[in-house]
Amino acid sequence: MRYILRRLGFYAVAAWASLTLNFFLPRMMPGDPESVIFARFRGQLRPEEVEALREAYGLSDDPIFLQYFTYLTHVLRGDFGLSISAFPAPVTDVIATGLRWTLLLGGVSLVLGFVVGNALGVLGTWRRGSLLDSTLPPLLIFIGSFPYFWLATLALYLLSFELGWFPLRHAYSDRLSPSYSLDFVQSVLIHLILPAGTVVLVSIGGWLLGMRNTMIATLAEDYITFAEAKGLSQRRIMFSYAARNALLPNITAFGMALGFVLGGALLTEVVFSYPGLGYQLLTAVRNLDYPLMQGLFLMITFAVLGANLIVDLLYVRLDPRVRGS
Amino acid sequence: MPAPPPSSAGPVSVALLDHRRDGADAPLLEVHDLHVEYLSPRGPVRAVDGVSFTIRPGEVLGLAGESGSGKSTIAHAILRTLHPPAVITGGEVRFRGQDLLAMSDEELEQFRWRDVSMVFQSAMNALNPVMTVGDQIIDTILAHQEMPRQRARARAVELFEIVGIDPGRLNAYPFQLSGGMRQRAVIAIALALDPPMMIMDEPTTALDVVVQRDIMQQIEDLKTRLGFSILFITHDLSLLVEFSDRIAIMYAGEIVEFAPAREIFDNPLHPYTRGLMSSFPALTGEKVRLTGIPGAPPDMVAPPTGCRFHPRCSQVKPMHRQVVPRLREVTPGHFVACHLYPEMG
Amino acid sequence: MAQTADERPIPIQTTPAGQVVPLAPDATGGAMPATRRSAVFGGVRRLLANRKAAFGAAILLMFALVGIFAPVIAPGDPSDFVARPHQAPSAEYWFGTTGQGQDVFAQTVWGTRVSLTIGVLVGIAVAIIGVVVGMTAGYFGGRVDDVLSLVMNVFLIVPALPLLVTLAAFLPPGMLTIAFVLAFTGWPWGARVLRSQMLAMREKDFVSAAQISGESKVRIIFAEVLPNMTSLAVSGAFGATVYAIGAQAGLEFLGLGDISTISWGTILYWAGNNAGLLTGAWWTFVPAGLCIALVAFAFALLNYALDEITNPRLRAQREINNVLGRSKEKLPKRARATPVVRRAG
Ligand SMILES: Nc1ncnc2c1ncn2[C@@H]1O[C@H](COP(=O)(O)OP(=O)(O)OP(=O)(O)O)[C@@H](O)[C@H]1O
Ligand SMILES: [Mg+2]
Repeated sequence: MRYILRRLGFYAVAAWASLTLNFFLPRMMPGDPESVIFARFRGQLRPEEVEALREAYGLSDDPIFLQYFTYLTHVLRGDFGLSISAFPAPVTDVIATGLRWTLLLGGVSLVLGFVVGNALGVLGTWRRGSLLDSTLPPLLIFIGSFPYFWLATLALYLLSFELGWFPLRHAYSDRLSPSYSLDFVQSVLIHLILPAGTVVLVSIGGWLLGMRNTMIATLAEDYITFAEAKGLSQRRIMFSYAARNALLPNITAFGMALGFVLGGALLTEVVFSYPGLGYQLLTAVRNLDYPLMQGLFLMITFAVLGANLIVDLLYVRLDPRVRGS
Repeated sequence: MPAPPPSSAGPVSVALLDHRRDGADAPLLEVHDLHVEYLSPRGPVRAVDGVSFTIRPGEVLGLAGESGSGKSTIAHAILRTLHPPAVITGGEVRFRGQDLLAMSDEELEQFRWRDVSMVFQSAMNALNPVMTVGDQIIDTILAHQEMPRQRARARAVELFEIVGIDPGRLNAYPFQLSGGMRQRAVIAIALALDPPMMIMDEPTTALDVVVQRDIMQQIEDLKTRLGFSILFITHDLSLLVEFSDRIAIMYAGEIVEFAPAREIFDNPLHPYTRGLMSSFPALTGEKVRLTGIPGAPPDMVAPPTGCRFHPRCSQVKPMHRQVVPRLREVTPGHFVACHLYPEMG
Repeated sequence: MAQTADERPIPIQTTPAGQVVPLAPDATGGAMPATRRSAVFGGVRRLLANRKAAFGAAILLMFALVGIFAPVIAPGDPSDFVARPHQAPSAEYWFGTTGQGQDVFAQTVWGTRVSLTIGVLVGIAVAIIGVVVGMTAGYFGGRVDDVLSLVMNVFLIVPALPLLVTLAAFLPPGMLTIAFVLAFTGWPWGARVLRSQMLAMREKDFVSAAQISGESKVRIIFAEVLPNMTSLAVSGAFGATVYAIGAQAGLEFLGLGDISTISWGTILYWAGNNAGLLTGAWWTFVPAGLCIALVAFAFALLNYALDEITNPRLRAQREINNVLGRSKEKLPKRARATPVVRRAG
C-alpha cells in the first residue's frame, strides 16, 4: 500500500504541474495575454464571450498569485469555464462527449497492442532464430519508421476509400443514434477497427522488442538456470518463470507509454475524424477556443494519470515484492 | 578407502577413474578429461581443462580452489546447464554408465534432478521471485512424477519439516524469507525427488557463520539418513576437510592435487594446496584474510606455459616453466601434479 | 590529497567471477586524454564497419547532400506555380504536381533542408539537456536526484502530443516555436537512461580514483564518465532526432506549424488539405512520408548497430555463432543444454 500511496503522491504532483503549466500558458504568450487573445479573434467576440474568457483565465487586475489561487479553486470545483465555439456550453459538457470515445479507442488499442506485442516477444525469444524471431523485429522496426499519421491516412485511403471495407469517418453510423442496440454496438465496432488497428500495428513493434530484451536478460537469471536444472519443461520455464518475470518491467514501461499512446490517439482521431478528445482538441485549436483547448489538455492528462493508476494496481497484483513491502 | 590402481600410460588422470564397475562400489558419476570453454572476444577462456574424477555411491567428494578456478563450471557442466558462451569441448561425463554429453534434450530433462540435483552457489537468487516457495517445490515434483497436486503438496510439507522450516512458510514468497531460510528451501527442493546424488556449490557462503554450521550439520545428518552422494564445492578448506571423503584441489581449470580428506589435511603436497592451507580459517569459523598465495590467478585465455602455477610458486625451477606436470600418484591414493614430487615406486 | 597523473591508481574492474582485471584504457576513456581523439575516430570506424551502420549512414549522407545542394538539384522557388494542379508523375515533374500546381519533387528536395535541420538541432539540444540533467541526477544522487527524477517523470507522464499541440497553439507560429516545444517535451527519455547508467558508473573504481585525486565534480562527470557513455548519449541523440522529425511532421500535418515554409510535414499538410489522396493524387502524399521513414529507418539501423557493437551479450552471441559454424546473421536457438563441440586435438 505504501507503493500505491507513493504513486498517488506522484500523480498529484504531475497533476499540479500540468495545472500550473495550464495557468501560465496564456500568460506566456508574448505581450499582454488579453489583447493577444482578443486580437486573434479580430473583434468577433461577443461581450459575454469576452467575459467568459476573462473568467476562464481568472484574468483580472489581481496580483498573479491570487489569480493562480482563484484558478486552482475553479478547477478543483470542476469548473473549466465556458467553451467559445460551443458558447455558452460549459467546457466540461463538451469534453464529456469526447472522453468516452477516447477511452474506448485508446483503451482497446493500448491493451491489444500490449498483449499482442508481448506475446509475440515471448514466442520469438522462445523460438530463437525461427522465422517469427528473425523476420518480425526488422519488419516492425521498418513499419515503425513511418510517421503514424501517414500510415493511417494511407490505410484510410486504401481500405476505406478505394476498397470500401471500412467506414470513412466518425465513431458510428450517422443514421443511428447512441443506444445499447445491437445495430449501434456493431456500428461502433466497425468504426473502431481501422483506427484501433493502425495504432496496434505501429505499437506492437515497441512492445515486441522491449519484451525480447527483458526476456533475454531474464533468461540469464539464476532462477532460470535453477529451473532448467530442476528438469522443468521448456514451456513451463518460458511462461511461468521467464515471461512472468520479464513482464514486470514491461508493465512499468506500459505506464510510461500510456501518455504516448493516449496522447498520440490525437492523430488517429484527426485522421479518422473520430470524435474523441484529441479530435476535439484540434478543432478547439482551429477555432481558437482557448478555454476548451486547456480543458481538453487537462482532461487528456488526467486520463493518462488515471490509466497509470490502474496499471499500478495491476503491477501490485503481479509483483509480490511490491505487495509485501 | 581402497586406492585406485596406479597410473599407467595414457592420460594419467585416467588413474583417478574407478575401474571396478561391479558391486555397490561401482562409481555413480565418472568425469573423464572434461574440457569447458567460454567463448569470449579475446579468445576461448579455458575454464575447465582436462578434469577427471569419480564419485561413488554415498561418497562426498570435495572440490576446492581459488575463485575462478572452474569449480562451478564443472558443476554446471555435469547438469549441462551452462549457457552460451560456454561450450563443452571434450571429455566424457557418465552417470551410472550413461553418457550425459550424448543425451537428447528430453532425456536430459528426465535426468536432471531425478538423478542429480544441485544447490546453487547463489541460492539466494535461485528462487523465482514471483512464485511462492511451496509452488516451486510442487512444480519440481510434478515435472517428474505423475501425482495429484495434493500429494505433491504433502511432500512439500514433509520436505520443509526435514530442513527445519515451518511448513506454514510454504505460501511465502522468496523475498519474505531470511537468507538462511531461502537456503534451506533450496536444499528442500534439491531433496524433493530423493536423488542418488547432489551437487552443492558453496551452499553456505552467503550466510553468517552460525547459520552456516547449522545447515552443514543438517546436510550431514540428511546424508547419513538418505545415503546420497555429494559433490561438495567450496573454498573453505576447513569445512571441506571436516565434511568430505576425498578432496580435489583445483587451480586454473585443472585438478592439481587429489587425495583422501585427512591425507590432504595432514600432508598437503602441492605448493598451491599449502598456500590454501595457510589461509585456513580457524575451525571456530572466524574469517581470516586469505594471505597464503601471492599473485593473482592466471589469464585463462592464455594460461602460463609449463606448470600453470609457476608464476606464483616459491619453489619454481626453470624446467617448471616449460614442462607440464602430470597428475601422478606419489603415495597410495595421493595424487599431485607437481614437478617437486617423484612418482611413487 | 592531490596526486599527479602518474600516481593515479590503475583503473580496475571486477568480473562476475570475482576476478580483478585492469581495464583497457579504451574502456575508461578519460584516463588517457591524449588518445581520446583517435578513440573517437576508432569508434566511428568500428561503427561503420558494421553493415547495418554503413547502410544507415549512407542513407543519411544522401539526404544531407540533397538538403545542402537543394538549389542545385531543384533550382527556383519550390512554391511557384509550375503546371496544372494534381498532375501525375511524368518525365518533366518526377513526383507530379500538388493541388496548387507546384512541383512535388522540388518541394520534397527543399523540404529535406528544413526537416533535417530542425530534426538535427532538436536532437542535439535534447542530447545536451539529457546528458546534463541525467548525469547530474545520477552522479549526485540523494536530494538532487529526487528532484530531477521527479521533474523527468512528470515530463514523461504528461502526454506529449497534446502538450505539443497546446503549446504550439499558444506560442507564435514558426520554426523556432516548433523546435522549442519539441526540445521541451523530448528531453526526459534520454535523460532517464543516462541517469541510471550514471548511477552504475558512480560505483566504478575509476570514479572513486578521480574523486580521491580531488578532481572537480564537473570534470569527473563530463571528462571522466561521459566518454564512457558516448554510445548511450549518441544513441539518445539519434532517437531524439527521429522523434523531432516525426513530431515536427505531425504538428505540421495538423496545421500547427508555419504552413508557409516548405518541409516534409507541410507538404503532407497541404496534401491533406487539398484532398490529395481523396482525388487519387497519391504522389502528393507518398514521397514526403517515405523520406521521413527512410531517415527514421537509417537512424534505427545506426542505433541497432551501436547496440550490437557495444552490448557484450550480443557480442558473445556473435562469437559463439562463429564457433558453432552457423550463419553469422542468425542467433542460435536458445540452447536447452550446453552445446558439446568436440575439438580435434
Ligand atoms: N560467461 C563467462 N564468460 C567468460 N568467462 C567466464 C564466464 N563465466 C565464467 N568465466 C570464467 O571461467 C572461469 C571459471 O569460473 P567458475 O565460475 O567456474 O569459477 P569458480 O571456481 O566457481 O569460482 P568461485 O569460487 O568464484 O565461484 C573463471 O576464470 C571465469 O572468469
Ligand atoms: Mg563458483
